[in-house]
Amino acid sequence: MNAPAKKLRVATTSLAGCFGCHMSFLDIDERILKLVELVEFDRSPITDIKHCGPCDLGLVEGGVCNAENVHVLREFRANCKILVAVGACAVNGGLPAQRNHLDLRDILEEVYETEGGLARGSKIPNDPELPLPLDKVHPIHEVVKIDYFLPGCPPPADAIWKFLTDLIAGRTPVMGHGLLHYD
Amino acid sequence: MTGTFTLDGREIAFEPGQTVMQAALAAGVFVPHLCYHPEFRPHGSCKLCTMKINGRPATSCTMPAVAGMEVESDTAEINDKRRMLVQMLLVEGNHFCPSCEMSGNCKLQALGYTLGVMTPHFTHFFPDRPVDASHPEMLLDFNRCILCELCIRASAEVDKKNVFALSGRGMKKHLVVNAESGRLADTDFAATDKAAEVCPVGVILKKRRGFAVPIGKRTYDIKPINEQAERFKPVAPTVREKA
Amino acid sequence: MFPTNAVDIGDILDRHGRDGTRLMQILRETQEVLGWLAPETITAIAKGVGWPRAKVEGTAGFYSFFHTQPMGRYRILWSDNITDRMIGNRDLMQALCRKLWLEPGRLSEDGLVSVDTTSCTGMCDQGPALLANYRAITRMTPERVAQMAELIQKQVPVAEWPAEWFRVDDNIRRADILLNNAMRPGEALKAALAREAEADQESAANARSWREGVNAATQGPSAVLEEVKKSNLRGRGGAGFTTGIKWEACRHAPSDERYVVCNADEGEPGTFKDRVLLTRQADLVFEGMTVAAYAIGAKKGYLYLRGEYRYLLDPLNDVLARRRDLDLLGTGILGRPGFNFDIEVHLGAGAYVCGEESALIESLEGKRGVPRNRPPYPVTSGFLGKPTVVNNVETFAAAALIAAEGGDWYRGIGTAKSAGTKLLSVSGDVARPGIYEYPFGVTVAEVLADAGAAETQAVQVSGPSGVCVADNEFGRRIAFEDIPTAGAFMVFDRNRDMFEVARNFAQFFAHESCGFCTPCRVGTTLLRNLMDKIGNGHGTQYDINEIYQVSRVLQMAAHCGLGHTAPHPLLDTLEKFRPAYERRLKSLDFEPAFDLDGALAQARQMTGRDDLAAHLENAE
Repeated sequence: MNAPAKKLRVATTSLAGCFGCHMSFLDIDERILKLVELVEFDRSPITDIKHCGPCDLGLVEGGVCNAENVHVLREFRANCKILVAVGACAVNGGLPAQRNHLDLRDILEEVYETEGGLARGSKIPNDPELPLPLDKVHPIHEVVKIDYFLPGCPPPADAIWKFLTDLIAGRTPVMGHGLLHYD
Repeated sequence: MTGTFTLDGREIAFEPGQTVMQAALAAGVFVPHLCYHPEFRPHGSCKLCTMKINGRPATSCTMPAVAGMEVESDTAEINDKRRMLVQMLLVEGNHFCPSCEMSGNCKLQALGYTLGVMTPHFTHFFPDRPVDASHPEMLLDFNRCILCELCIRASAEVDKKNVFALSGRGMKKHLVVNAESGRLADTDFAATDKAAEVCPVGVILKKRRGFAVPIGKRTYDIKPINEQAERFKPVAPTVREKA
Repeated sequence: MFPTNAVDIGDILDRHGRDGTRLMQILRETQEVLGWLAPETITAIAKGVGWPRAKVEGTAGFYSFFHTQPMGRYRILWSDNITDRMIGNRDLMQALCRKLWLEPGRLSEDGLVSVDTTSCTGMCDQGPALLANYRAITRMTPERVAQMAELIQKQVPVAEWPAEWFRVDDNIRRADILLNNAMRPGEALKAALAREAEADQESAANARSWREGVNAATQGPSAVLEEVKKSNLRGRGGAGFTTGIKWEACRHAPSDERYVVCNADEGEPGTFKDRVLLTRQADLVFEGMTVAAYAIGAKKGYLYLRGEYRYLLDPLNDVLARRRDLDLLGTGILGRPGFNFDIEVHLGAGAYVCGEESALIESLEGKRGVPRNRPPYPVTSGFLGKPTVVNNVETFAAAALIAAEGGDWYRGIGTAKSAGTKLLSVSGDVARPGIYEYPFGVTVAEVLADAGAAETQAVQVSGPSGVCVADNEFGRRIAFEDIPTAGAFMVFDRNRDMFEVARNFAQFFAHESCGFCTPCRVGTTLLRNLMDKIGNGHGTQYDINEIYQVSRVLQMAAHCGLGHTAPHPLLDTLEKFRPAYERRLKSLDFEPAFDLDGALAQARQMTGRDDLAAHLENAE
């Protein structure tokens, strides 16, 4: 009789993303029951654990747009044996990166000081609790080393399922027609 | 010269004047490409169609077919380079598929899929390329331009208008339009021009027509591009001879 | 200072017959009058030559020396080759910028002056060099910088600046058959004409008939061609194609017109021998072109002179005028009926890629200097689609000697596979930089000894696109069978950082890529960025692997030699001077290409924050 296989420990997070990839993850529906037989979750919106411990697998949604994103991403990289960029924003910056051709100064001024409808005397917030924005939004592979990429906005549930089951089974994930798309 | 050559071990017949790529496509073998279009003269700039001919790298869209050539195309080594070429194009421009009207019909994207491009890999350049929305019917989103020059060729050779040209050099190379103002509205471009329909990516767009076909029914949702070789078969060179 | 009306454009257009293929000269002359090429100027020129406006804008936008934005009445461009950097051009440029209160690359607020860098201007033996309104200035010093800033502020025209600044020395250190040549103008041509067996059997007309129907061996042009073939002369531009074969292919290509083009677009950094040949032996070069014209049956020739050598334009035109007076150019040259040939100098405008022969031809036709798809080759379809011979300056000079002295004589010089002599442009860490002419087969060590090099760690032979030779290889020979070269010979002593040498070359290629093909357009920039990343202290082993990856794509898929050779200096130095890279690596792990903490600087400034969380590198 085989000893029960050790469960893979998985952490997930969303940086500059919309949680759409997490939603798509949940779209694997009843297969999640099969998944929890194979994995256990560390830091993730699912568990509400605040910091990541040593993990086998880290799934990162969203790009890097501010200092906090950098800290979280580094924490994931430091703790996860395998780090995966999940979704368009993690892979190439996605929608948030479409601000990259604008000067951060102009953006902050426009949003907090000159945009119509703001209260008189509105200022750019300087609360130390707020993470400072980077001058550009970066895909996560430009900040830490990434081992696998799963594009899509979001990647379909079937692609996430195929990706995870391949990885857990020790196969290099291969996304065929219909599972690999950038939109 | 008529004759045959071998492509990945398969015998391919060619007609006089055909290039390696034209002969391959005519025989139903897909060859990755972006700057090639069946109705225009070969251009040879995107380099996606690079093959090894008798052991030496060559651009198959411009290389005349010669009897007895031994040609490699669909090999791990060559596809690896093609993948990197797609990645280079992805980081050079601003390619955000989820918000692009051409998504699902875009050749760059479709090649990314067939070649298994999971990531742009390199560090993005994130260039600043303002959109030209001046024309009443057409939109130019330069963020997606891959500099294949198909619109330039179509406008010059078919439309006889020369609406488009290239300026700048190297990484600063960019598409310009034929107007002192630099605005498309001040050219004689029309939505019915050949140049309006040849863009392989999402630069030249008809306004108010985006996202008309639902996801799942678009060109490359139905079948991957490498199973659609018949769409790129060389046509009678009417256009080419007119040019 | 600059008139803004279009009257001058009309004169310029008329002078060039409103011919679009003369667009480069029209743009340059217009810019010399108006200061820059404004949108309405481009429109007027396009109308004048009957080309689409966008196409004219395309040409204007391609060349570094054409401006579609105002660049000021004073445009100062510092030569930025590694040899200029080694003697402090960057500090001098910074000093000039400080004195003029401006940033490099930006027009001063009063619109008076801009200061920037440009690719090697071919003055490596007398740098730091620069171009002031496209006039070459050599030997810059802090004193000259101070004086120059004053002259600019006082708005003294460049033409009135101290004449000494514009002095260009030939620095000939070793002369052989080419540089010692003392033939009188026309001697080689007379010898060529005398080579025919029976003069009255043919005339050197340009129709095919004179070559058909007459026994080839008895004909003048064939006889000249035979001598060139016999000499085993090979192209001096670097590729080393056999000149006689090239001429013969052109001669046999069916056409009613043929062209001879001299490639004096000496853009390879570290090369300046053509400059000296055109200064000292212009007659020999033109004579070689005329010999070629006679051999292939061409009526028209062009000398494509790089824009950096603008100062040579008038002297060369004077030589051409004198040759016309001497009956060595024009109709019925030396009294030979049907031997009609003339030469025109075409000035380039700052584009290294135009040294590639098909790009050079595109440029001659007034277009963007983009290398053509080949086949067809220029010998069958070149300038205006006609058979064209394109050869290097030095090749034509050698051909003239061969016409005079014969192929056997020439072949006896040099080595078995490399006949004749080679001009080397020696620069860098040597006591006596300048031009050295050697018979082929000379060793690197011999050249170093003659030039007074000490403690040499490497020599970059044939420029960035050539080969980096380390000290254990100094016994190798300059010859096609060992180290072929277009002429550059840049010497680096033990104090030099070979990583910085390679980085300078990576920057050069990224700047000069024409942008036609994907691998070169993007790849050269990726390589430059990777080198900058390593140079700025963010590099890792990962980046070194990336250099190899990108290089392989360039070598496999690039459209022309520029892209194929762009990785050479990186791969060579990685092989031979790897520690120069490794000691700069931040870690063996992955590092971002940008400074994360720096990426927060704007937000810190906007919010006025400087707390711990407002920084990235020290926060953890």
